[in-house]
Amino acid sequence: MNADGQAVVAAVESVAERIEAERDHLTDLDSAIGDADHGGNMARGWAEAADAVGDLEDPDPATVVKTTGKTLMSEVGGASGPLYGGSLVFASAELEDGIDAESAVAFAETYLEKVEDRGDARVGDQTMVDALTPAVHTFKKSVETDDLGPLEALAKAVDAAERGVAFTVPIRASKGRASYLGWRSVGHQDPGATSTLFIMEELLATAADHLGADVPDVDATSPTIPDEDPEE
Amino acid sequence: MKKLINDPDDVVDEMLEGMVAAYPDQLRRLPDTQVLVRDDAPVDGKVGVVSGGGSGHEPTHGGYIGDGMLDGAAAGDVFSSPTADEFEELIAACDGGEGVLAVIKNYEGDVMNFETAIEMVEMEGVEVAQVVVDDDVAVEDSLYTSGRRGVCGTIFVHKAAGAKAAEGGDLEEVQRVAQKVVDNVGTMGMALTSCVTPEKGEPTFDLGAEEIELGIGIHGEPGTERTDVMDADAVTEELTESVLEDLDLDEGQEVATIVNGMGGTPLMELFVVNDRLQELLADHGLKVWDTWVGDYMTSLDMAGCSITVCAVDDELKELLSAPADTPGLTVQ
Repeated sequence: MNADGQAVVAAVESVAERIEAERDHLTDLDSAIGDADHGGNMARGWAEAADAVGDLEDPDPATVVKTTGKTLMSEVGGASGPLYGGSLVFASAELEDGIDAESAVAFAETYLEKVEDRGDARVGDQTMVDALTPAVHTFKKSVETDDLGPLEALAKAVDAAERGVAFTVPIRASKGRASYLGWRSVGHQDPGATSTLFIMEELLATAADHLGADVPDVDATSPTIPDEDPEE
Repeated sequence: MKKLINDPDDVVDEMLEGMVAAYPDQLRRLPDTQVLVRDDAPVDGKVGVVSGGGSGHEPTHGGYIGDGMLDGAAAGDVFSSPTADEFEELIAACDGGEGVLAVIKNYEGDVMNFETAIEMVEMEGVEVAQVVVDDDVAVEDSLYTSGRRGVCGTIFVHKAAGAKAAEGGDLEEVQRVAQKVVDNVGTMGMALTSCVTPEKGEPTFDLGAEEIELGIGIHGEPGTERTDVMDADAVTEELTESVLEDLDLDEGQEVATIVNGMGGTPLMELFVVNDRLQELLADHGLKVWDTWVGDYMTSLDMAGCSITVCAVDDELKELLSAPADTPGLTVQ
């Protein structure tokens, strides 16, 4: 029995429930700036993904992630399929030897890189990248520089993603459907950044459950500015 | 709105079944997909040429599968991109060992899904090249795309790339001629009426009885200008001048043109448009080498037309006039 694999299955199931619960919320955010299909498409895709990974026989984490990605790719459609699903498929390769702090960082970095490349988006474009980038950078720094445990590092990352979602509100969209609104996109919270945060929150909750610990309380008010470059 | 459909959810599936039943010697559907390929795919030793996109543009793309054009095409739901896994199966099924050229119309969903699929099949060792068609001169950014939209000029790309692959060109050459078309083609369209999607069952946009929309896309997305209704000559002038201004061709240049129906326009009216188009091209000092008139890139039942002009050299002339045998286009 691969316990980590089972934990990832539980995470996918918990994301599916959360996205379903937030379906109307995501649709409302999307209808303000896009075509109002993000909630429905994501809910359908994650529900299918939860079914698909539930059917796997004692899977390892990489297989669960890859199956999730493939299912999202074929079920979500539009641009979200390749962005959320395709990127997971590529990043799942980083978990082939299992999940530890090092492979989790590699996974997060590859996922971000694939989303950036596929969407041709960078921080400040009012997209999911605005939530993902601070989350991945904070996670890497917490693990590699601050030597934090996985749960605390993930909690910091979720906190960073939340700030990223808030950051999408006062900026102008330059990628994705919302970019056609030009300046009218200012003042709207990006649905992709928001669903990215929901996914990460469920990852954190499931990880805490899996490790038998409480979700760490990270300081949500102090800026998490890295004091040195983790590459150095 | 009256439609010859059953359940809107079944439209694409039933259309694909009907197409294969109509051309059983030419078309084959990959099991559990919305992908059509030529019956003998993959063709050993030939570069595969594939395309795909949302349904509702018939005969695009599946109707151009056959000798001298496409090896296969993925059909998405109506006006929605096929998913990456369908593109993946398409490319894999059309690789005869010499690589595959993907012809992508410039829409965000199509580009992202195709590129994801390409990256995946490349990991399996399939060599893939791509061209992105963005021939619509009407708008720079639209509801579905950044940059220009890919519209009817795509048919010339299919034809040239397919012909080059059929004569034994390698992947680099096939991509080069496809890109040559992309670099030399421009299109502009207009609508007399809105299309009606099976899902919605009513017009996608409202156009008054005495109004037309210029610069329209092929999904009912907005054009550049809404004006009072004009006669065929005036519409033809608007479209043609926009395309020619964009292409900026030298006097004496030879061109191939398409007068394309949007799905709900009688052939009679398309020929009327062509009558004025030929005069206009001559007035600009252009030599019309070839003209295609018909429904090539439609938008369901939208009434209206588009005009495509492509500057051709000896190489493109040879490729566009090479034999092709497909449900949607036959060249002998």
